[in-house]
Amino acid sequence: MGRVGLLALQGAFAAHGEMLRSLGADTVEIRSPDALGDVGGLVIPGGESTTLLKLMEAYGFEEPIRRFIAEGRPVLATCMGVILLAKEVMNPPQRSLGLLDVTVARNAYGSQVESFEGIGEVNGGPFPMVFIRAPRITRAAGEVEVLGAFEGEPVLVAQGNILGATFHPELTDNPAVHAIFLEMMK
Amino acid sequence: MGERGTLRLKTGLAEMLKGGVIMDVTNAEQAQIAEEAGAVAVMALERVPSDIRRDGGVARMADPTKIREIQERVTIPVMAKARIGHFVEAQILQELGVDFIDESEVLTPADEKHHIDKHAFTVPFVCGCRNLGEALRRIAEGAAMIRTKGEAGSGDIIEAVRHIRAVVGGIRRLTQLGDEELMSEAKELGAPYELVRMVARDGKLPVPNFSAGGIATPADAGLVMQLGAEAVFVGSGIFKSEDPPSRAKAIVRAATHYNDPKVLAEVSTGLGEAMRGLDVSKMDESELLQTRGW
Repeated sequence: MGRVGLLALQGAFAAHGEMLRSLGADTVEIRSPDALGDVGGLVIPGGESTTLLKLMEAYGFEEPIRRFIAEGRPVLATCMGVILLAKEVMNPPQRSLGLLDVTVARNAYGSQVESFEGIGEVNGGPFPMVFIRAPRITRAAGEVEVLGAFEGEPVLVAQGNILGATFHPELTDNPAVHAIFLEMMK
Repeated sequence: MGERGTLRLKTGLAEMLKGGVIMDVTNAEQAQIAEEAGAVAVMALERVPSDIRRDGGVARMADPTKIREIQERVTIPVMAKARIGHFVEAQILQELGVDFIDESEVLTPADEKHHIDKHAFTVPFVCGCRNLGEALRRIAEGAAMIRTKGEAGSGDIIEAVRHIRAVVGGIRRLTQLGDEELMSEAKELGAPYELVRMVARDGKLPVPNFSAGGIATPADAGLVMQLGAEAVFVGSGIFKSEDPPSRAKAIVRAATHYNDPKVLAEVSTGLGEAMRGLDVSKMDESELLQTRGW
């Protein structure tokens, strides 16, 4: 298994790094597209999608990430990461890479005072979920498999080598989601 | 639906802002420029710090009309400032649905002894500090993010450097002390023993640590981040410069690539004049904003 790249243009990359290293993985922060060549998997963390899109454009990340995913290398996308990879983004509509066959509504629960945490379900077991100005998956189609839910709604999905969560497993003590991702990298 | 207003949700939003730039804006047009430049959040206020300094008078929370206009214009988080100790301004800002409240020394303090009890709110707070003791007092009161104060509205980076060095140096010192020395150290710092122990054990603050006050150039952003800040607030530095959109964009790039002199050189090029600024060493003690807060 290669090293895990943490897309570090902006966002919660540090917390993902701590979680992955606690599982024995080797991590490296990625700030330029060239650095993608050396890693076996990539984390696209939570952050501000508007900001990230601009930075990705500025540094020419879009094509390299498309290639990365087309080559079959695993990607763990959380919150903003899901927005970035989604086929369709609403509230308001925003450009995205269109690689994950879901429709996502941004800030679907409201501003920060509406952010919440609670116990959801991952692969049938309980999982602590933290939703921060979170997006909501309003449609999951095609080959998208739902691995986790909160109050009956899909919040953890997989499609091929993409694993996407609208919540923040990196902010909890439960490594189950990161373990699934590392398993995909084997 | 689940639980709201937990410390994890509050510090969690701060985690999302790491590596980013939070920009002071006074109206919806400026907020849009900030968002287009790649700001991770905007800070709504009535006047930027350098104007507050120039005009004098009492500086208060911004008019809700302004805050709503800004919220309607951008999708990134909107923060707003409340006066130190003015918990009713904070109640109003929470009611408006702002994403973060800055209990800020830039506004005229409302209480000369007490800060806001930030645990009582669902919305997260950021507070300024000049040293580790002040940081830990604010965290004990419920702050979910700390920013070193610097000297707002000066465009002079020296105070921001002094404060980030004081916090980072203070943390390093704690990690080298013996367990039996921590109580006496807590007393010296004027900070709760439990937090002092936590910092001594972890070698970092329990909440994200950002930097503010005097950042005017991409190099300034790189400097405070190489010294240990995890993101930056830029106040007057953008909209008091010659070319705000270009400067805003450049500081955003600098925050991402703070450790890469090649990118820093590139983004520092051709930005026009930075804000004029004021030499803090020539200021009278009574003009300083950083001494507000207890």
